[in-house]
Amino acid sequence: MISCLLVANRGEIARRVFRSCRAAGITTVAVFSDPDAGAPHAAEAGRAVRLPGASSAETYLNAEAIVAAALAAGADAVHPGYGFLAEDPGFARRVLAAGLVWVGPPPEAMEAMALKIEARKRAAAAGVPVLPELDPGSVTRFPVLVKASAGGGGRGMRAVFAAGELDEAIESARREAQGAFGDGTVFCEPLLTGARHIEVQVLADQAGTVWALTERDCSVQRRYAKVIEETPSPAVGPELRERLLSAAAALARAVGYVNAGTVEFLVADDGEFYFLEFNTRLQVEHPVTECVHGIDLVALQLAIAEGRALPAHPPAATGHAIEARLYAEDPAEGFRPSGGPVHALAVPGVDSAFGLPPGPVGQGGSRAPFLRLDSGVEPGTDVSTHYDAMLAKVIAWAPSRDEAARRLAAGLAGTRIAGPATNRDLLVSVLHDPVFAEGRADTALLGGYDFAALLPAESACRISAAAAAVAAAAENRRSARVVASIPGGWRNVVSQPQLTSFAGPRGRIDVRYHWTRTGITIADAAAEPPLPEPPAAEPTVAAFAPGHVTLEVAGVRYWFGITRAGAAVWVDSALGSVRLTLLDRLPAPEPVTESGSLVAPMPGSVTRIAAGPGDKVLAGQPVLVLEAMKMEHQIVAPASGILAELRVGIGAQVNAGDVLAIVTAAEPEETGERQ
Amino acid sequence: MVPVVTVLASTLDTGSAQYASRRAAMLAKLSELDAEQAKALAGGGPKYVQRHRDRGKLTVRERVELLIDPDSPFLELSALAGHGTGFPVGGSGVNGIGVISGTECMISASDPTVRGGSTNPWSLRKSLRSMQIAIENRLPLVNLVESGGADLPTQKEIFIPGGQIFRDLTRMSAAGIPTIALVFGNSTAGGAYVPGMSDYVVMIDGRSKVFLAGPPLVKMATGEESDDESLGGASMHARQSGLADFLATDEHDALRIGRSIVARLNWRKPGPGPACTPAEPANDPEELLGIVPEDLKVPFDPREVIARIVDGSDLDEFKPLYGTSLVTGWAALHGYPIGILANARGVLFSEESQKAAQFIQLANQIGVPLLFLQNTTGYMVGASYEQAGIIKHGAMMINAVANSRVPHLTVVMGASYGAGNYGMCGRAYDPRFLFSWPSAKSAVMGPAQLAGVLSIVGRQAATARGEPYDEEADAAMRAMVEEQIEAESQAFFLSGRLYDDGVIDPRDTRSALGMCLSAIDGAPGPTGRPDGAGAGPAAGPGLAGASRYGIFRM
Repeated sequence: MISCLLVANRGEIARRVFRSCRAAGITTVAVFSDPDAGAPHAAEAGRAVRLPGASSAETYLNAEAIVAAALAAGADAVHPGYGFLAEDPGFARRVLAAGLVWVGPPPEAMEAMALKIEARKRAAAAGVPVLPELDPGSVTRFPVLVKASAGGGGRGMRAVFAAGELDEAIESARREAQGAFGDGTVFCEPLLTGARHIEVQVLADQAGTVWALTERDCSVQRRYAKVIEETPSPAVGPELRERLLSAAAALARAVGYVNAGTVEFLVADDGEFYFLEFNTRLQVEHPVTECVHGIDLVALQLAIAEGRALPAHPPAATGHAIEARLYAEDPAEGFRPSGGPVHALAVPGVDSAFGLPPGPVGQGGSRAPFLRLDSGVEPGTDVSTHYDAMLAKVIAWAPSRDEAARRLAAGLAGTRIAGPATNRDLLVSVLHDPVFAEGRADTALLGGYDFAALLPAESACRISAAAAAVAAAAENRRSARVVASIPGGWRNVVSQPQLTSFAGPRGRIDVRYHWTRTGITIADAAAEPPLPEPPAAEPTVAAFAPGHVTLEVAGVRYWFGITRAGAAVWVDSALGSVRLTLLDRLPAPEPVTESGSLVAPMPGSVTRIAAGPGDKVLAGQPVLVLEAMKMEHQIVAPASGILAELRVGIGAQVNAGDVLAIVTAAEPEETGERQ
Repeated sequence: MVPVVTVLASTLDTGSAQYASRRAAMLAKLSELDAEQAKALAGGGPKYVQRHRDRGKLTVRERVELLIDPDSPFLELSALAGHGTGFPVGGSGVNGIGVISGTECMISASDPTVRGGSTNPWSLRKSLRSMQIAIENRLPLVNLVESGGADLPTQKEIFIPGGQIFRDLTRMSAAGIPTIALVFGNSTAGGAYVPGMSDYVVMIDGRSKVFLAGPPLVKMATGEESDDESLGGASMHARQSGLADFLATDEHDALRIGRSIVARLNWRKPGPGPACTPAEPANDPEELLGIVPEDLKVPFDPREVIARIVDGSDLDEFKPLYGTSLVTGWAALHGYPIGILANARGVLFSEESQKAAQFIQLANQIGVPLLFLQNTTGYMVGASYEQAGIIKHGAMMINAVANSRVPHLTVVMGASYGAGNYGMCGRAYDPRFLFSWPSAKSAVMGPAQLAGVLSIVGRQAATARGEPYDEEADAAMRAMVEEQIEAESQAFFLSGRLYDDGVIDPRDTRSALGMCLSAIDGAPGPTGRPDGAGAGPAAGPGLAGASRYGIFRM
């Protein structure tokens, strides 16, 4: 019997495991790194142990420290979550050696499946179809995929479409894999374009009962990282399902698997499927399986670890569940990770968190659609760029797929997020995409996506800016230190409207408004001089306060929620969410950034420097590499010239906007010799 | 303050024909006011404004709007300066009380589109008046300078009295009231002493030009060859002469620096602050438009006005049954306690005079500012009143007003005739602020009365000489005099001559007075003492009243 369990993880998965522990009456122990000292998972656990440091290596990958923490806190079991040490057999052995219960598969099974190259051999031996492995030296047919043997989450993975790109891709994948997993082994396999990513959740007890649960479809990916997952797959019929589930169960049995795991397949458009890898852990997307089968996978993991037996068959699946991963990243900027404080996060109509809502579940249960939220952050959480950028998972269940998609899209669209940039609009867009709606999404869906189309409409930007300006006006009056009771913007001689300007998603927006005896009137932004009475198309202000504004547009009232942090403003309404930046009316003169400066686009650390001071560089040539959020970002020379200054060294931590290096125009050579 | 509730019951019938016609008349006057203000707003007119913009410059009102806190109120003063004088309406500048970085300041900004921002006799009076307000109320002064100096044809009206500008600048500084000059362009010759006498000076690179004499004059005087930049450029003053404390890159930067200077003044008002939470009037201030009769001969109940300007429409009347032609009582306005004296039936009798004198003394005893709401035709005349001592009683009231030391505010709602103007704290009695409503009139007496008096005197003279009286000439004279006096009694005319601080929309009365009371809170001490010192023992912290008056003739 487990009485006290440490979760060797952070964020939403730590909270997810804690929830099942609490339901079982098990005391919870969290570990937290220094940046996570105020994180919700650390605050929520019954006990929490600090892991000094910030980097993953110092903290959540520090097996020794974590086992010591478990012992110090009086834990008798360890759950690894996903990521970090979840698939590290060495960690599992260390936990077991310390006399603790390991809530996961036996280290031997983990080991067998840990390296993709080995796992493919075992799968083939078990009769599961696999893709041929290619020798990087003799690849002739493209495209191919370069993969890190120890990889996961898209890291160390590169698609190569032409021979000339192969060497650089292998080198870069090797470096990323080495940095992320400590193992630089990579291999190649044919890249199946248009294939779907289908996986099967398996669960095995110590007595040999193996469940293979309804397949999950994780085809909507960006850069090989899953974005939207669902079960069942719209592309899998009963016959294919039977074959997939049988193959997964066979492999689990073949390797003597115990506890929860996931067998991933690629399903080609001809219906053939190929084993990809066996993930020996709980998956991020496990909630969709829980929703359709009406089970608690973590509770089952705990029961299996305690030596309890699974029933012979799992509860039958019913309905459809879809999960969307909300990431702190900006799709329009190449999915650049974002960070910083979360000022507001509110998903409307959430029915449950980290589990199923109470009520009848499973076959015959006629329940209404529900929305589940598994979130690692709360208002006030500082999203660190040290770790994975996932903020939360939002899961919708409904009797049918289209109902589930509608519920999820509505929940996401109505979500108020103020803080880091997120992929929310992309998620909503995918859920509305006809290709997705028809169940035809494959792994290439986001490859050719028009991210510019995700920007809010011009009119939504303008009206949202009007709401933001009026809210800011209310805030200005509320915070006034003198003459606070005099009406806002009062003039005995009226000369011009108040002007508030924003930087918006589609450019600068000027909002002009007049304070009147009864409130505020939005002036026509285009009119010069501004019109005394607004034309019919201009929004009229029905009510305003610092946090919420009601505008009437063409006879329809809209409610705007406004969140403000310094100059940053988030406006949420039925017109969509618009992120604005309040522009300073009297900006300080720009500090002169020397032309030719290489500026850090985000916070991160310098991992590679490709040129030294005095070197000639060409425009576009990589000068240094910045690692942020486990992704490599090349910083290239803005122009051809001489690298005049290099202001950072390897390992330097830099902030967004820092000048890293300066390239100056090459001195014209006096000999004038041409080459 | 312990809440005492004595709410006025309004009897104004907003559905009546009388209300409608009074409102229509007031709206007509307000559109005249708009037209006059539009002249001031237009500055030097479209051509010069465009030329100014083409130079990449902000207009004076844009500068002021950017200088003050977003969405904060601004009380503009003397907007009609120069009206009816032949000079452009507005006094070639914008003056007023605004909030900069959370601090109420007097802003005095020249408008370079109006004849190069040159100072005419009315702009000088406007500047001096705003400085007087700044001194009396201890408001930091921010000058937005861009002026070609004195209007030379009228230099005789400007040169000698204009020295007071520089005298007051340094006296303000000495009294601990900071003075700030943001120099947007020319500030030459005498004008150079505005930055010269200011505590903080901001100049704009490539724009500000501050020298005693320009290149031609220097050439004439000494033969030296020079240029604008070496004589008075911003960069030179920031780096060499030390006249500029800050070098701004552009106008926005200068305004930004100005705001940051004020933010660092560590300015705190010594006043007691509001004594209670402000409450809106129970009656709609919009209805103020329908109270003043079209004909000022018709009296109106000032309680209907008070009910629409004071907190909660709450007036605690003092001596309500005595001297009923003058309403006196206690109220609060934007949370500040005030005493109010308001004419009810125009005429002041002996009882009203004695009631006023007593009430003014009471306000001084407890240190509460006074608000005078004028609608008076003066002190009662006639044998029985003279015999009952109307002069000595009127003198008693004027004595009390003149020697009262609590801050006074005056609003001319309607008529302000004769010595009633004095007793009700007219301009000569130094109220801290004085505003007029658009249909108000001030004169020694009504136009018809004045013409009639002249007619009677002329007729008597003719009779004495034994000559026949020319009735036709008399009628023409009366019409002409009536017309002239009528015109010269008008609020706009008097405001143009700086006899008030502005003509306001009646609906703005509460806000304007609230701004004034908040400003007064910066110097609640006896009026006329910029250091705010000398609070009497009875006054407690903050406001101080008078304890000495002229001899009251009993």
